[in-house]
Amino acid sequence: MEEFFQQLTNGLAVGCIYALIALGYTMVYGVLKLINFAHGDLFTLGAYLGLTLLTSLGLSGRLGPLLGLLLLAVLVMGFVALTGALLERAAYRPLRQSPRLSAVVSALGASIFLQNTIMLIYGARIHVYPQDILPKVALEIGGVSIPLVRILVFVVSLLLMGALFLFIQRTRLGTAIRAAAIDQAAARLMGINVDQVILIVFLIGPGLGGVAGLLVGLYYGQVNFTMGWVYGLKAFTAAILGGIGNIPGAMVGGLILGVIEALGAAYISVAWKDAIAFLVLIVILIVRPTGILGERVADKV
Amino acid sequence: MIDAKYKMGGFIALAMLLAVSPLFLNAYWVDVLNSVGLYALLALSLNVILGDAGLYNMGHAAFFAVGAYTAAYLNTQFGVPILWALPISGISAGLFGVVLARPVIHLRGDYLLIVTVGVGEIIRIALINNVFGVTGGPNGIFGIARPELFGFRIRRPQEFFYLIWGFVAVTVFLFARLKNSRFGRALDCLREDPVAAEGSGINTGRYQLLAFMVGAAWAGMAGCLYASKMTIISPESFSFWESVLIFIIVILGGAGNIAGVILGTFLIIGLPELFRGFASARMWFFGLAMMIMMIFRTEGILPHRPRIFKNLDRLLP
Repeated sequence: MEEFFQQLTNGLAVGCIYALIALGYTMVYGVLKLINFAHGDLFTLGAYLGLTLLTSLGLSGRLGPLLGLLLLAVLVMGFVALTGALLERAAYRPLRQSPRLSAVVSALGASIFLQNTIMLIYGARIHVYPQDILPKVALEIGGVSIPLVRILVFVVSLLLMGALFLFIQRTRLGTAIRAAAIDQAAARLMGINVDQVILIVFLIGPGLGGVAGLLVGLYYGQVNFTMGWVYGLKAFTAAILGGIGNIPGAMVGGLILGVIEALGAAYISVAWKDAIAFLVLIVILIVRPTGILGERVADKV
Repeated sequence: MIDAKYKMGGFIALAMLLAVSPLFLNAYWVDVLNSVGLYALLALSLNVILGDAGLYNMGHAAFFAVGAYTAAYLNTQFGVPILWALPISGISAGLFGVVLARPVIHLRGDYLLIVTVGVGEIIRIALINNVFGVTGGPNGIFGIARPELFGFRIRRPQEFFYLIWGFVAVTVFLFARLKNSRFGRALDCLREDPVAAEGSGINTGRYQLLAFMVGAAWAGMAGCLYASKMTIISPESFSFWESVLIFIIVILGGAGNIAGVILGTFLIIGLPELFRGFASARMWFFGLAMMIMMIFRTEGILPHRPRIFKNLDRLLP
């Protein structure tokens, strides 16, 4: 039972990270109907940026771990968000009126470009995060020990997701984002500046992805330049699982995927871990073709 | 139509240039052309699914893998000559395609895309884990025999060139015929407007499934040729990246346009070879070039254009 809870909390932590990345996919998809394949590499960028700030600026040493990490997260978030907005301007805006798959290929190109930019700057080897940022303590609950870093992942991602949820549901801008996701043309007619909405989506999504990268670096202690592919694919799977375009769906999908993977690896087979995740996805889509929380979209008649 | 004649003449001239190219290229470049030929086969087969039927398939490497492993297994275990295995590879990959596509074909575009990605990954993981003890695990299968044609053993790259490109030529001929057939017209119609197609009496589900079967079967046969060329196959040759690459070729070349797809293959597979000098920055340029090409040619290099049928005026009132 202890083993089970250990795996469950680990799965939830990984799921939180998937959910953060999946939000970027789902928000962009919501307004642009575009699978932003470069999103996984923006996530990697966040992880590397965090590493640079940690090692060269020694942030946590001067400000103490908590304040240091907070500043680190804000910096990473801001920089990756800017990169995301720049990417939208350069690679996606010219393709807004063209066939959907053209933008997908442009996104794939952007992904290769970003990944290799990171590789050229940092080199192809695996980079290790400094190990002394967080004190090595663990929380004991009924015989289950939860490391501090895992709690950090929970707290940060739940805070961010909660803030995003409130932003989307309660503010004018959030309402505009939801409106643009439902019907872009109608939203434009209602006086919503859709270009601005798209820009904001491309700031928030990559920002969250960048923080997720930082969290992965802290959680696993190492990063490599190709990890964006794997995480991006998993997060996209999570977004689809929850119903793409649906923000709570991405959160739920991420958590479910993380837990399934962790439990599948622990109780079925480590070697089949990824296959189990995809198998569950396929089964769920056969039963519910629009994902868990996705609404049925009427076909055009 | 004088235009069509010039176009045809241009194609024939290019094909002839390609046919004699092994005579003046060295073995390395002939080998590059062989890869281009194999990818052209894969891209042409994906084009039936993605370009003609409009079904988002980003797991095409799975069918390629099924064909390659079928051929390799038959050849190494039962001594079936590799070219005899060609149709069997095609049939097994085609059957696999139908079995796979049947329950998911009704999914909307991007949902189908992630399902095919998932299937591609499941197949790769199954190959690594040596499923049923037939795939040889991470090392794959080795010792696949060279193909033999009328008692002549094909060994050198120059000889493979004619085998592979001969098959490409046959494929182009057949697929061009297919495009102009009832089947091709039905796919054109259901891609543009499934509801109108259904209303016109086209059984959309059946045609989509058929398109999947044809595309998968052809990828399977490409897999058989690949296995015979490499003599060793392993799961890493059938990764997600391969599926993405084939997908990129089709969209960037011009989905639905056979000439565009072949041109796309030359650009995507051939060009990086020219940039070998840049070493590690090669893929950086590749990504940049992809974005720029898509921005300036949003519908691909040679876009698919609606056909104008001769004597159409007679049909209209």
